[in-house]
Amino acid sequence: MTELSEINTEARRARMGLLARAPEDALMALWQKYATPPRFEWLRRPEIGGVMVRGRAGATGAPFNLGEMTVTRCSVVLEDGTVGHGYVQGRSKPKSEAAALIDALMQTAAADEVRAQVIAPLSERVQADHTRRAAKAAATKVEFFTLVRGED
Amino acid sequence: MYVAVKGGEKAIENAHAWLAEERRGAPDVAELSVAQIREQLSLSVNRVMAEGSLYDPDLAALAIKQARGDLIEAIFLIRAYRTTLPRFGYTNPVATGNMACDRRISATFKDAPGGQVLGPTFDYTHRLLNFKLAAEGGDPIAPEAAPRTEPTPHITEFLKGEDIIQDEPTSDETPGDLTREPMEFPSTRPLRLQSLTRGDEGFVLGMAYSTQRGYARNHAFVGELRIGKVAVEMDITELGFAIEIGEVELTECETVNQFKGSKTEPPQFTRGYGLVFGQSERKSIAMALVDRALRWEELGEDNLGAPAQDEEFVLSHADNIQATGFLEHIKLPHYVDFQSELELVRKLRREAEERITPKEAAE
Amino acid sequence: MTAQAQFSGGFDNAPVQSSHAFRAAMNVMARPGEIRTLAGAQPPAPLSVAAGTLLLTLCDPDTKVCLAGELDTDAVRRWLTFHTGAPFTDAAQADFVVGAWQALLPIGQYRIGTAEYPDRSATLIVECDGLSAQGAQLSGPGIRDTARLSLPDIPALQANAALYPLGCDFFFTSGATVAALPRSTQISAEV
Repeated sequence: MTELSEINTEARRARMGLLARAPEDALMALWQKYATPPRFEWLRRPEIGGVMVRGRAGATGAPFNLGEMTVTRCSVVLEDGTVGHGYVQGRSKPKSEAAALIDALMQTAAADEVRAQVIAPLSERVQADHTRRAAKAAATKVEFFTLVRGED
Repeated sequence: MYVAVKGGEKAIENAHAWLAEERRGAPDVAELSVAQIREQLSLSVNRVMAEGSLYDPDLAALAIKQARGDLIEAIFLIRAYRTTLPRFGYTNPVATGNMACDRRISATFKDAPGGQVLGPTFDYTHRLLNFKLAAEGGDPIAPEAAPRTEPTPHITEFLKGEDIIQDEPTSDETPGDLTREPMEFPSTRPLRLQSLTRGDEGFVLGMAYSTQRGYARNHAFVGELRIGKVAVEMDITELGFAIEIGEVELTECETVNQFKGSKTEPPQFTRGYGLVFGQSERKSIAMALVDRALRWEELGEDNLGAPAQDEEFVLSHADNIQATGFLEHIKLPHYVDFQSELELVRKLRREAEERITPKEAAE
Repeated sequence: MTAQAQFSGGFDNAPVQSSHAFRAAMNVMARPGEIRTLAGAQPPAPLSVAAGTLLLTLCDPDTKVCLAGELDTDAVRRWLTFHTGAPFTDAAQADFVVGAWQALLPIGQYRIGTAEYPDRSATLIVECDGLSAQGAQLSGPGIRDTARLSLPDIPALQANAALYPLGCDFFFTSGATVAALPRSTQISAEV
């Protein structure tokens, strides 16, 4: 039981992270294609806010406040009582609504369908963008050769 | 003393209308879109995000458009906007070791594990104007190679084993936030880093340069500079676990500094740290140098009286919005103040003349 | 408690409702003794509508909240956490304290600010059985001549006023009504 809930939590974490990071146009295109949205009520209407991003001194030391980023969040409840939360980067209320509804639907019988039609293609798209950048970076990998060693 | 003035509404309104027209420029030239600024002036966008202290490329691009390209004015707009945002919380410290590096170089370790990756850099360009860009830019395409899939570890991690570089012990102490509580001196390193990362690039650069020229010299090398995207994670109380709420592009610089030891510390390499929103290379190197100079007390070094060692001087003057606010306010109406100054100078002159005149009369 | 109940009862339209609530809170603090309606939130019992609305309006992740006595329930904690993100703390560190008067005592345990930052003090939200314009006589800033308000404990509140410019500020809540008593108000027993 514990193991199962840990696996579920990990999957939900990964999903919510993907929805938060995904480009808005990519998510909205898939979401609009998926279906008419389910009936729901707001627990928290979409609100735009700031989150203070922290770093660590020397990358590993004491935390410090680096600066804020914009985040939009909302929470919904479906007719069957399933609660979904959306936290997305940027200032898009429609994106946060889609993220919250997807989070809720993924806890229902619709999960397989949503995974196939929205989550999987979105994940591929984000991964492809990531890989393309990494490939360009790899093409600029350099080997410096020391020719003369200064004696001063 | 400040005295309110009244009137001028019509003139102010007209001035703002003209400002809008001037911002647009000649109407026969196509108008810039916010997306064009975001995509094609991205280093300006990065600076506005770093010093505006708000990571949102679209907003920064809009601010640049509205400010007619005046970056300090754009930063001002972003700072004003961010005060209207409710604060949802604080993220877990970003793990820059997991950065997807677009660029990663070391000036000190030629064969850095993970390799040297130049990325989209101005280094090694010849700084010759490219007149082709004036005609048409085209759609250049960068070559690709087999991508690295594993994370790139920090170079300083490899030195730690030998105990010859100063350690940065991890802590989970809640850092002070200068956007919430006014700065007090003496400060702490977390507050100094927050102040430097949002500080004016020109000011931080000048301070850093002063340390290289001999004012509190500490012989910095760039141990590692990396640029890339890092996921940002926050604990969500209603979920009971942390999720990624987005990702930000960061530039991180770790300097390795010569250090011959002090009363309290053995001879070893010490470190300075820079971490800035966006691709902000100059700023993050400068930040690392100034951070290192400000650590003199903690490392048991002598206070040489150098400006870059003076935390109150550096931190009180690093913020360009504070600076420009105070500087530019002196152009706003001060008529009554100046009237009293004028009266005073006239009176002093009269008295001075009266002192001289009787003497002349006596001669 | 169902997940849904844990998350419901917040503002339906946060910008507008919190602005109205803030206006009401500001007005009662500016006019000590004045009693106003304050509603919008549906907090879990035993938190009153006025106290719940006040907390949603004034609290965020930077304000530390202390729940005193019977108000310190899981339901109240979860509700406040979801809607405000405010962290919970003990009496000595709180920015906002909520509770019935008996549960709040002694008043001396809360932050009163410092000479440099008198604002670094606690605001107490006192849940009352009722509010009425009778009882203690109030005078001072924001009061034309005198006002009257049913205060729970005159000597303790007089002692707080004597700390001015330090000291705590008070909201009194009952159902959907609110009144306030800033530290600057002079209090005399009914005559």
